[in-house]
Amino acid sequence: MVDVAFQPSRVAGAGSARKRASLRTALKRKSTAAFLMTLPLILLVAILVVYPAFYSIHLATLNKSMQRFIGLGNFQFLFKRDTFWLVVEQSCIFAITAVIFKALIGFIVAHFVHNIPAKGQRKWRGMLLVPWVIPPAMSTLAWLWLFDPSYSAFNYTLSFFGIGPIAWTGDANWARFTVILVNIWYGAPFFMIMYLASLKSVPEQLYEAAAIDGANWWQRIWYVTLPMMRNIIAITTLFSLIVTFANFDIVRILTSGGPIDHTHIFATWAFKIGIEGSDIPLGASVSLFMFPILAVAAFFILRDINKRGNEA
Amino acid sequence: MTSVVMIDKAAPTRNVKYGSMSRDRTWALRWSYFFLTLFAIFSLVPPIYMLITSLKTSAEISAATNPWWVFHPTLQNYVELLSSNQFLTFFRNSALVSIFVVTITMLISVPAAFALSRMRFWGSATLATGVFLTYLIPDTLLFLPLFKMFAVFGDWTGIQLINRWYVLLIVYPTLTVPFCTWIMIGYFASIPKELDEAAIIDGASWFQTLTRIFIPVALPGLIAATIFAFTVSWAQFLYPLVFTTSTDQLVLPVGIITSLIKGDVFNWGQIMTGALLGAAPPLIIYAFLMDYYIAGLTAGATKG
Repeated sequence: MVDVAFQPSRVAGAGSARKRASLRTALKRKSTAAFLMTLPLILLVAILVVYPAFYSIHLATLNKSMQRFIGLGNFQFLFKRDTFWLVVEQSCIFAITAVIFKALIGFIVAHFVHNIPAKGQRKWRGMLLVPWVIPPAMSTLAWLWLFDPSYSAFNYTLSFFGIGPIAWTGDANWARFTVILVNIWYGAPFFMIMYLASLKSVPEQLYEAAAIDGANWWQRIWYVTLPMMRNIIAITTLFSLIVTFANFDIVRILTSGGPIDHTHIFATWAFKIGIEGSDIPLGASVSLFMFPILAVAAFFILRDINKRGNEA
Repeated sequence: MTSVVMIDKAAPTRNVKYGSMSRDRTWALRWSYFFLTLFAIFSLVPPIYMLITSLKTSAEISAATNPWWVFHPTLQNYVELLSSNQFLTFFRNSALVSIFVVTITMLISVPAAFALSRMRFWGSATLATGVFLTYLIPDTLLFLPLFKMFAVFGDWTGIQLINRWYVLLIVYPTLTVPFCTWIMIGYFASIPKELDEAAIIDGASWFQTLTRIFIPVALPGLIAATIFAFTVSWAQFLYPLVFTTSTDQLVLPVGIITSLIKGDVFNWGQIMTGALLGAAPPLIIYAFLMDYYIAGLTAGATKG
């Protein structure tokens, strides 16, 4: 509708008398002004996001000193290394397990918060979201200290139950467990808050209708809540999968990839090779393996946006 | 008469029915509170443990006493950290970077969101989607090419960017601007068009429409976006770790990890104090502006 209000100026701009419009009238035109307002955004995204993304593909085809083009040499080298396959496996285990548990815990906790009287919800929600608010680098330090090999507060507590000292970050399987646990701790509140927002938007009448039809608790969740929340579950899971797949802080601080590379994921391994080992091309090739999951996500999101566009 | 009796009869039976339902509800409530308490403990253990450790002396930390209790509380760690120039430098760098990044982000994303939500032009819809997709590209994919780009830039122009804190002002907006633009588009799009039509009829320019109508009306969204930008730039760990190395250029998260951990010696009292002080600004903002914080968090997905 607002276009109508601007029709006169646009007509004037297109009119033959003012065809050679001065810079001033050009600036007054809506599309020019709009373009100028988005220009910083376009430049930022083009120079600092899109260009580096393609540049990393170019980097991945160079040799270590970045003097010579070696095609897929870096990838051939990676595919022959056992560590690489270990990292692939660990990244998948890490991301999938963490996201499943984050979504489950988020779903359950959101229901509990939704269950209690509205007056107290704010307080509980406030407490439960704290892990998401603390910078992950800071909270991971606290976890590192809780898991400390000699003064572990957890081991101290467990010793009362007769459970022997556990080498939380020293043993490969326990180290994997701890990085996943910390990631769940950090990410579950995000799911909780998303699900809570969408739970509140489910119309109460649907539950009443289901109750009249004699639906039990489980059927109400399965046939009413889940279908109503399908979109939000899909989009949060997708987001979280990307973020978890690309996680760096938690693994870096908690284990630095150790013991013997058994907790490295793509991001931390790329950092180790690219920055610490100063082999930027090889590191770039490693980090490029995060692309497939991004492509899948982009596909689904674009499809979703197009569908909404058609509906509107 | 009969009708009155009937009503009287109907009322008690209804009450009984509600009574049994409310008994179910009481139990559901108790279970909810029980599990919520468990989850709240799980959520709050690390920050509380930070606080506990920060109040201990090194001697008490390495003693074999109950780690969950402070026997001789002391503020020594806080005094030491807050009087150490190094820590204050980290804090200053973090504050400077965050404030500048928030300003840059708002200056870029508010006009862009305004243009994308109200002034349709060629490619504007594609651009809005593109902005959202760039938000999905993680920092861990970009740090190596960016590192190389800045190194090459330094060689060409002689302007050194690597190992200067202001390099973060260039890279952080890539994390904040796409998301802030996206949520501002959502907020601006929800403003009724009659409002800006009225402003245009009154002779307001585009700029005036933005500053007099859109920004005041979408202020909650603006606050949410500001909080988001601040939290992201305060918490960012990978970019400062890659781009800065000298102690006087570090920001808080990296500074604590690289300077307080000396080789294998972990001074846990000070590390936990530093971590708690580093977590304090976002926590304080969150405590006072929780609703805006949550609005910003949920806006990204629900309005997408």
